[in-house]
Amino acid sequence: MPASQNLRKQEARASRRRSIDRWFGRIGFLVTLGTLGVLAILLLNLAASGLTRIDWQFLLSFPSRRPAEAGILSAWVGTILLMMVTASVAVPLGVAAGIYLEEYAPKNKWTDFVEINISNLAGVPSILYGLMALGLFVYQFRFGQSILAGGLALACLVLPIVIVATREALRTIPASIREAAFALGATRWQAVWHHLLPYSTGGIATGVILAMSRAIGESAPLITIGALTFIAFLPPAPILAHAPFISFDWLFSPFTALPIQMFNWVSRPGEEFQSNAAAAGLFLMLITLSMNGAAILLRRHAQRNIKW
Amino acid sequence: MVNPIPAAQVSSVKDIAQVEVKPEVKVEIQNLSFFYGRNQVLRNVSLDVPAYQVTAMIGPSGCGKTTLLRCLNRMHDLYPGNRYEGSVRLYPGGTDILGPGMDPIRVRMRFGMVFQKPNPFPKSIYENVAYGLRLQGMNKRRDLDERVEKALRESALWDEVKSRLHQLAHNLSGGQQQRLCIARAIATDPDVVLFDEPTSALDPIATSKIEELIVEMKKRVTVIIVTHNLQQAGRISDRTAFMYLGELIEFGETNRLFTNPAKPQTEDYISGRFG
Repeated sequence: MPASQNLRKQEARASRRRSIDRWFGRIGFLVTLGTLGVLAILLLNLAASGLTRIDWQFLLSFPSRRPAEAGILSAWVGTILLMMVTASVAVPLGVAAGIYLEEYAPKNKWTDFVEINISNLAGVPSILYGLMALGLFVYQFRFGQSILAGGLALACLVLPIVIVATREALRTIPASIREAAFALGATRWQAVWHHLLPYSTGGIATGVILAMSRAIGESAPLITIGALTFIAFLPPAPILAHAPFISFDWLFSPFTALPIQMFNWVSRPGEEFQSNAAAAGLFLMLITLSMNGAAILLRRHAQRNIKW
Repeated sequence: MVNPIPAAQVSSVKDIAQVEVKPEVKVEIQNLSFFYGRNQVLRNVSLDVPAYQVTAMIGPSGCGKTTLLRCLNRMHDLYPGNRYEGSVRLYPGGTDILGPGMDPIRVRMRFGMVFQKPNPFPKSIYENVAYGLRLQGMNKRRDLDERVEKALRESALWDEVKSRLHQLAHNLSGGQQQRLCIARAIATDPDVVLFDEPTSALDPIATSKIEELIVEMKKRVTVIIVTHNLQQAGRISDRTAFMYLGELIEFGETNRLFTNPAKPQTEDYISGRFG
């Protein structure tokens, strides 16, 4: 075959390769646009039917049979209290487990097994956590269908997320930093406490916020343990005007939460309840998006002073 | 009449004159073997590191020189599956730092270490230097200030950083960061400072500053330096150990070892025939 002919063939082939390359770029762009479009349509749709319903009256009223008077007060208060329980259980346990696995645990078959199963736990359907919480917290420990039981169920659900986020944050710290601390005579605990935790706070906090924004939207486990869908009172206040000023009675109070309130309204007939559901959904969405935004800002801020 | 000097005395004076003056030993390594899992990395290394001198360890990659260095402050204890045999005695006192019941943390407080790449903590310059002192329980501001300044002066960094002690260490240049790591290592007055190829990530000017510092440092502390750079070993060390395949091939005065090596492998290596 003459050289010039070979060259022409190569050129033809190259232009075909280039065109495949170009087309993949275009298709990828469209797919990305489509995905974002779905999110935008979802938000617009929620906003169209729910935005006009969001006002102070809606935020400060209990649910009601009359849709125009109904509000989400007990729902968002319930959600906040749930998150307090979830965070105060999942964060210390998850961070401690992450530190143990990353910094203390020996690398052997047993820890490999534990590691794989933590990833598996993150994939367990949330309703199963609900069933576990129903059997364990509600019946066995007799916590009842309470904020405590619901918060613990959600804590179990997000625990693997916190563990994985902690481990990933610790893993970004180079081994040379650990060795520098150890070479000066630090114990493992001192290396963790003086260096590794402070340098990974940003990453861990980001993971915690993402875990919480996952928990805040969960309804299946709460419904399973029997959260009520119609609550026209608030749990007992955690702060009292008289000694001892702090009360934990709210932990054992029945509760509802934003997704459950939404679920309740969606399942009712009537246009107006649907728009209440949309408004609650929009509110939930705003909370979730602002939590994710906070996570991004926090990550940027925390990494500003730390370079390796 | 002059009293004749007793014959015995004369001969003893002569003996002393002939014997090479033996320097004080700081670290006595005896029959040291090191295993990484089933893999033996060091084979029966015996070596006396003299006090207040610079001892260099040279040899091709994988010869075990860094492994040997990291035995001395028990850094291998941080990772599972490692095992030491033999003894390493630290003088004065002669305690075996590999001995049973010896706490690696106590060993590390007597050995400073400077690593291949500058690895300051992402904290202020001041806190970097103060960290070892804080670990040892010093927390009075006045004492810390004094020791931090002393360490920074001894690492020739004080004039460059005295006005910004509370700024982040990462704003310093690579060479300054490495001098900061030296300050951090010497702030606690260790007996020995271990250098693991401290200039391999630095430019020639920064390198020569570190070298000057090491030579200056031996007035106060014993230095052991691993280097892949033969010229560096020649410039700054008093004694050189040549290692190959986990064994100590030759150990002696640097000048003698470089000009008149006793072993053929040493000669091959320093003349660039392999490595």
